[in-house]
Amino acid sequence: MLIEWPQQINEDILYNIKSFQAIIENHLSEFVVECIATYASLTIIFKNRNYDEIVTKLKALYKNKEVQKTEKGQLWQLPVCYHKSLGFDLDAYSKAIGLSIKEVISLHCQSIYTLYFIGFLPGFLYLGNLDEGLFLNRKSKPKLTIPKGSVGIGGQQTGIYPQASPGGWHIIGNCPVNLFNLNEKPPSVFRAGDQIQFYEISLDDFRQNKFSVLKNMPDA
Amino acid sequence: MLKVLKLGLYTSIQDLGRWGFMKYGVPVSGAMDQLSAVKANLLLNNNNNCALIECTQQGPKLLFTKTTQIAICGADMSAQINAIDAPLNTLLNIKANDILHFRKLKYGYRTYIAVKGGFQNSTVLGSRSYFQPLTKSNVFLKDELIEYDTINDFPPASTSSIAVNEKHFNNRLIQVTKGPEFELLNKQAQAYLLNTDFTIGINNRMAYQLKELLPNKMPSILTSAILPGTVQLTPSGKILILMRDAQTNGGYPRIFNLSEAAINQLSQKRLADVVQFELKN
Repeated sequence: MLIEWPQQINEDILYNIKSFQAIIENHLSEFVVECIATYASLTIIFKNRNYDEIVTKLKALYKNKEVQKTEKGQLWQLPVCYHKSLGFDLDAYSKAIGLSIKEVISLHCQSIYTLYFIGFLPGFLYLGNLDEGLFLNRKSKPKLTIPKGSVGIGGQQTGIYPQASPGGWHIIGNCPVNLFNLNEKPPSVFRAGDQIQFYEISLDDFRQNKFSVLKNMPDA
Repeated sequence: MLKVLKLGLYTSIQDLGRWGFMKYGVPVSGAMDQLSAVKANLLLNNNNNCALIECTQQGPKLLFTKTTQIAICGADMSAQINAIDAPLNTLLNIKANDILHFRKLKYGYRTYIAVKGGFQNSTVLGSRSYFQPLTKSNVFLKDELIEYDTINDFPPASTSSIAVNEKHFNNRLIQVTKGPEFELLNKQAQAYLLNTDFTIGINNRMAYQLKELLPNKMPSILTSAILPGTVQLTPSGKILILMRDAQTNGGYPRIFNLSEAAINQLSQKRLADVVQFELKN
């Protein structure tokens, strides 16, 4: 079953979906196999197929839900090494958008990104609020292998490849944090609505695994 | 133990899938043709979800080191045990050191080898299905060893067998329902989709691509969820039928959804086979 919201990327819709998803998972857990959120939709796979009954229940739940707008989630500060050996597209990318490498790094670290949902690859974070100055269409020819941890820009989005994968994004650095851990329950610690900010680390710190993931409440 | 002597074309362990993790970006995976997979498990009185071997086009060569029973269902790849023909769709006794191998593909595309009690490779996120990077490989590796439970004696000879439903293998009609963006297509494009013989192009466990194109001016959609069986239309006119290992979301318009039976039937089709979409409400 597909439930759609107005097809826009914005935080009101995010919190509306997030609240509804939590209610569905709490109240209908015995019927739900999957409940997948994206920017403006929920896709639900149900165990039984009595859709009329389910639709009635969902409508009642939606009507009575309270949107937790203030629930912004955690602020995560994630390290990124922007050395050219890891951010192998940094030179070409910065030329293409007409900024210096320093300016690219500064803009990329300045924004606080909102996590909309996880998808595409196990543990891949869909982040909003990329600075317009950093927008650049994906490469016309995807690369066959982008290494794990690569931080890239694709169109109006930025993200981290949680595993090695083919991809067409411009790679500007690498984040050494494991985004997806099979031995943890759940395998990703991130939640829709969490806030993500990047900070720069040196190549030495990257190589020696000297970094920390800082976790704060946004207003703390 | 089961020892992999020859890999075959694309051989892996699958069960009925890794459910409950799509919201973390994890594809469902699982046997492509779940009807044939479940039949093989049923013959052995296994749970439907027991892990079994999925073979594609050309089967592997396998050594069983312990006594057990197996059943093979799906495509006919001319199975032989110790070089003697072994029938499909029935129980087969396996003694220690028997070798199972396959010869010519006669019909279908994927076949399933179930073992009594299921293969005991490790469970990752609730499933034994191979899927990289959750498991170390998408396919068997040379000399790979896979655990299974042995049995002490063969049960008294059984006559259980399952009749082949020919339609499962030669039906050209792929049953679909309208996808969320179907109505955005103009009438001409809708009619083309339902009245054209489509030829299967490049295909794998992630997607089946069709060779015929449908030129269109459909806008991309805001990235939304996709499921096994979703049919996408790309801006260049390619039609992609997503299968069990597909990503969890995408930005191409979704024009159809295949029924579960249609996914199973399509899994038995291969390059150059011809199919037609049949719309059901």
